[in-house]
Amino acid sequence: MKNIFLFIRRYFTFFSFLLFQVISIVLLSSASKTHESFFSSGANEITGSINKKYSGLKDFFGLKETNRLLAEENARLRNALSINFPVIEKGKKIVIDSLVRDSLGHFRKYTYLPAKVIGNTVTLQTNFLFLERGSNQGVKKGMAVCGPQGIVGVVVETSPNISKVMSLLHRNSKVSAMLKKDNNSGSIEWDGTDPSYLTLRNVTKSAKVANGDTVVTSTYSANFPSHLVIGTVAGISSESSSNFYTLKIKTATNFFNIQYVNLIENARYTEQVQLESNSQKNQ
Amino acid sequence: MSVIPKNIIRFVFFILFQVLILNEVPPLHQFIVPYIYFLYILWLPFNINRFLLLLISFVFGLTLDYFTGTPGLHAAPCVLIAYIRPYLLNLLIPQETTEQSYVEPGHKSMGWAPYLLYIGVLSFVHHFYLVLIEWLQFGNFIYFIGKVTGTTAISLLMIFITELLFVRKGRYRANK
Repeated sequence: MKNIFLFIRRYFTFFSFLLFQVISIVLLSSASKTHESFFSSGANEITGSINKKYSGLKDFFGLKETNRLLAEENARLRNALSINFPVIEKGKKIVIDSLVRDSLGHFRKYTYLPAKVIGNTVTLQTNFLFLERGSNQGVKKGMAVCGPQGIVGVVVETSPNISKVMSLLHRNSKVSAMLKKDNNSGSIEWDGTDPSYLTLRNVTKSAKVANGDTVVTSTYSANFPSHLVIGTVAGISSESSSNFYTLKIKTATNFFNIQYVNLIENARYTEQVQLESNSQKNQ
Repeated sequence: MSVIPKNIIRFVFFILFQVLILNEVPPLHQFIVPYIYFLYILWLPFNINRFLLLLISFVFGLTLDYFTGTPGLHAAPCVLIAYIRPYLLNLLIPQETTEQSYVEPGHKSMGWAPYLLYIGVLSFVHHFYLVLIEWLQFGNFIYFIGKVTGTTAISLLMIFITELLFVRKGRYRANK
């Protein structure tokens, strides 16, 4: 027994070294596998508050650009207003609908919540954004995040006032996408090299792809509404051994100066994800 | 200033400098990521307790991880270089004179050549281990080698600039 203690004492430094290494690796593997909160929300709030102060300072330098982007988005949305598409009057009789419920069965599926970006990285292999809006303000795990120019990522973790978003520039990020012109779908990933380019895989070779084609979110995604802009095709490579194209996509969003984003809540998200995971069990 | 407050200030300064400035720099190339925060560990005093050195390095690395959202990624290489550091110092410097008369490693206390070797080896080990962990998660071999080389080179350049900018007095322990 005494010898054991002597042994431990002799190699105490080495054992503590091993202990710290094991702790680090366990933290890393558990965090990157599940994206679950190892970070207690307390720590998130502390780094969040420092990030917030810093981004407040940085905002001044980006005000002009932010203004331009918001003005552009406004113009685009104004153009889409139904008032711009007048319908020629054909009816003869005006009927006032007294029903409060929408008898056509319309329902609201997506809700947009604005949020300020208070932390953002682009240089790592696993990039995250931090938003100043948390579970107290209605953010839930799995919500989609979309900027003024295009989509940004997916919420992976929330604390009461801050939420953590897995950026499209994350090696594990995967978003279902399609070509705007012929709706051929594929999946968007990032190869970790250049923050302004993404990779679109599994597009069938029967699709007629050309450089400059717009890529939008597909209709299959549980968190993203369809037809949100992701980027444009910047390069096409096809291997003869597979039936699929691998496309290089220039991101629509500029991840270097992103300041404000919208969180998109799908009212039927839980329902859809539950059903999808059920079908996996049945296989 | 005595040793402890000075190192606490350095702790905060290195973390903030890495998070707020270097991590915001737009990447020049996929292989080049500017890292300088680990210089804090290299600058800790000679006569620090080994366990304390490991503990400080772990906390230091983990603090950076809290900012980048990758728990353990920077903590593991920090602990590794903290473990190697005493052995390397024993090899590089004459025990009796330097370690007893100077407080911390620097080109004044060790001489340029051993100091450069010390910085070079530990930077390389740090980046090698850091990129290795990343590489195990994803990536290919050329990426691994290229990134280790590129990142080590840029770190050494920045450490050299830091040494020229911030002249640390090579203080004798007796004057403390």
